[in-house]
Amino acid sequence: MLSVQDLHKSFGDHHVLKGVHFSLDKGKVLVIIGPSGSGKTTVLRSLNLLEIPDDGSLKIGDAHVAFGKKLSKKAVKQIRQKSAMVFQGYNLFPHRTVLENVIEGPVQVQKKGKQEAIQKAKELLEKVGLSEHIHKYPHQLSGGQQQRVGIARALAIEPELILFDEPTSALDPELVGEVLKVMKSLANEGWTMIIVTHELKFAEEVADEVIFMDQGAIIEKGQPSLLFNHPEQERTKQFLSRIR
Amino acid sequence: MFIGNITIDWDLAAKSFMPILMGGLKYTLPLAIASFIIGLVIAFVMAMCRLSSIKLLQWIARIYISIIRGTPLLVQLSIVYFGLPDLGINISPIYGAIIALSLNVGGYAAEVIRASILSVPKGQWEAGYTIGMGYFQTLRRVIIPQAMRVSIPPLSNTFISLVKDTSLASTITVTELFRRAQEITATSYNFLLLYCEAAFIYWIFCFILSIIQNIIEERLDRYVAK
Repeated sequence: MLSVQDLHKSFGDHHVLKGVHFSLDKGKVLVIIGPSGSGKTTVLRSLNLLEIPDDGSLKIGDAHVAFGKKLSKKAVKQIRQKSAMVFQGYNLFPHRTVLENVIEGPVQVQKKGKQEAIQKAKELLEKVGLSEHIHKYPHQLSGGQQQRVGIARALAIEPELILFDEPTSALDPELVGEVLKVMKSLANEGWTMIIVTHELKFAEEVADEVIFMDQGAIIEKGQPSLLFNHPEQERTKQFLSRIR
Repeated sequence: MFIGNITIDWDLAAKSFMPILMGGLKYTLPLAIASFIIGLVIAFVMAMCRLSSIKLLQWIARIYISIIRGTPLLVQLSIVYFGLPDLGINISPIYGAIIALSLNVGGYAAEVIRASILSVPKGQWEAGYTIGMGYFQTLRRVIIPQAMRVSIPPLSNTFISLVKDTSLASTITVTELFRRAQEITATSYNFLLLYCEAAFIYWIFCFILSIIQNIIEERLDRYVAK
């Protein structure tokens, strides 16, 4: 369903991604862990072209791009339509209500009927536990609630793949649980997800595969129970011992 | 210095009030509104050029803004109204005033609009892109509504300044508010009274506009955390 080949990316002299390969099957959950600056967020952002890699290729479903030359608008659009992103800082539209945030993509981009989109949005907001807040503005909600709106907004465009960029890192500790709970239920429903996170316990519970990255490369990957409990690489061991 | 007994000619004040006010309503305000609207369109285009990745467009906008901000409005008005006829382009006073004032607003407001677009966090662009929007759709649906809130106070100030700057159109014979007052002084010689009256009417206009500004700001602030 997803295939990433030999991604390279530099910011100026800084070589951030040094040939990253991986693939993911439909309905699977991949968690990427690693120290800050390891390139994990850059990988995630490359998957919906918020960063354009310098080299390599990317295939999501039936959309395919090769990097290293100028991308056509059409190719960018095709790849972006496959995925949705949940941001660390939520990035909700502050001038729109919760409901308007969720229907923005379906109505404005996918040109669905407004009534149909509202109906669907209400179902999604119920799923993330926000039925009572649909007419509020984002600033009237807690961080955990805002992030759940972010998740509903991502689901609303019915992506083949959902990308989570440290979705709980900006939250107060007591609000982390409510967001993870929603993400766990999505994993159980069979959504294909890639999650960058520091929540190792959560990763162990939901991930089908875990990737450990350091200094722009994948150091180790495997099933969560194996990677967390019996890491093979020295750097993985060091990282896990520091974070636990 | 001699300060004589000041007697206010209330009769003249009353008789001249309506003609001066009408100059304001018939010329000053329409002139300001038309120039502001056209000026905002120019400003938006210039702001987009400044933000463009195309170097040529950036430079066109930079030069335009620099010229407008670096030359007096009175000189700009004179070039349009007195200068262009040398090239065979004759423009009526009112259109000359609208052209010069619009170009002027375009130069000043371009920087306001550019700054307000830049003030919207990058994450908002990214949120637009990740739900499938392109550049212009994100700009229209996500960025401009938020940039507007930031730009309302400085743009309101631009408009209020513009209302006062329309008095310069009197120099190219537009019979706006100040020109009316001048015309009446030509026969009555009561400069202090009539110019104070004109000043009072400008102040009333600007006072009402600042109230409208506050109302708009409050409306746009409704989705912002206090």
